[in-house]
Amino acid sequence: MATEHADNAQHALTPSAYIEHHLSFNAQPLNESAGFWTLHVDTFVMSVALGLIVMGLIWLVARKATAGVPTKTQAFVELVFGFIDDQVKNIFHGNRHSFIAPTALTVFLWVFAMNSMDFLPVDWVAGIVSFFGGEHAKWRAVPTSDINTTFALALTVWILMIFFAIKVKGFGGWIHELFCAPFGTKIWVWPANFMFNLIEYVSKPLSHSLRLFGNMYAGEVIFLLLGMWAATGLTGTIAGAILGAGWSIFHILIVALQAFIFMMLTVVYLAMAHEGH
Amino acid sequence: MNINFTLIAQAIAFAVLIWFTVKFVWPPLLKAIETRQKEIADGLAAAQEGRSALEVAAKKSEVTLAEAKQKASEIIAQAEKRGTQIVEEAKGNAKVEGDRILAGAKSEIDQEVNRAKEGLRAQVSALAIAGAEKILRKEIDAKAHSEMLSKLAAEL
Repeated sequence: MATEHADNAQHALTPSAYIEHHLSFNAQPLNESAGFWTLHVDTFVMSVALGLIVMGLIWLVARKATAGVPTKTQAFVELVFGFIDDQVKNIFHGNRHSFIAPTALTVFLWVFAMNSMDFLPVDWVAGIVSFFGGEHAKWRAVPTSDINTTFALALTVWILMIFFAIKVKGFGGWIHELFCAPFGTKIWVWPANFMFNLIEYVSKPLSHSLRLFGNMYAGEVIFLLLGMWAATGLTGTIAGAILGAGWSIFHILIVALQAFIFMMLTVVYLAMAHEGH
Repeated sequence: MNINFTLIAQAIAFAVLIWFTVKFVWPPLLKAIETRQKEIADGLAAAQEGRSALEVAAKKSEVTLAEAKQKASEIIAQAEKRGTQIVEEAKGNAKVEGDRILAGAKSEIDQEVNRAKEGLRAQVSALAIAGAEKILRKEIDAKAHSEMLSKLAAEL
């Protein structure tokens, strides 16, 4: 009783409890030891659902795509297609249609959809979840504000990067490049080359994933702070609503921009893997 | 900010989505767009071809028209020439014919005149003989002089 009471007090509207509640994942342990074997159900369900919805909608249009006069929906999809295709064409000079361009489309649309979840009012999501799951149910709607998601995407791209580097240059060629670029083939610069490449290989996925994560996480925190302000009274509600609207509008830019940057970096990394030094 | 199994789950989801897009979403869109691009390019090329064909035809028709005009003027000139030739010929023929008729008429007139002269001569000689007879009836023997007189008449 006492602990429950304390728990309730903790979940009463104190700022730290509010923020902590909104920034907690719906984490389910997969075995007794938990630790690494934990799944953020909210992140996973939201991202998979969004991926299915977005790519499924595109697929529905693509399936019936006609070379004749397109419908308005098809024209819109083709607009997105042409946008991505143009970007990839400028960076990657190879057969982009077999893999890189579709990957860029997937990354852009999926990340865009996941980022867009930030537009859902934070407390509505919490309200719906607590209506179904009780007061203590946790649910974070923005998968890209989970470091696991952005790191998963960046690592997948990283693995693809190494895969393409080996595929294009051969395993020997890849190793040779690790030691002989960018400073030269002389044996005494090998360590410097290797260190340089090592740092590059480590920094790429880190900057790739943390940029997106940081932007989305910070966006969410600002929404939470504004939501908290609204809890302080009428003045706070009005001010919070106005600033919240402003931040939402600005966030439209961030959501699109971060999705675009993530896509561009993906293409750049994969294109770099195809090029020899 | 704790890394856990979600990472792997998300990576798998990402890989599946990429596979889905590579396999099912990108190709039909690409095919539709490329087919349409090709159709448009073909259409434009056909239009260009039509335009150039039209130009060629216009040039050709101009040349043909000019040729026809030249031919027509040639024909007209020839016809005029021929016409004057025919007129000249007709004139020449008419003149010749006229001359011939004139000559015929002249010779006929001459004949008539000669015939009239002949008649007159005969009559004059007869009258002369008759006159001479009357004068000479008393003096000269008709028989003796008639031969000389007829000779005279013939000489007239």
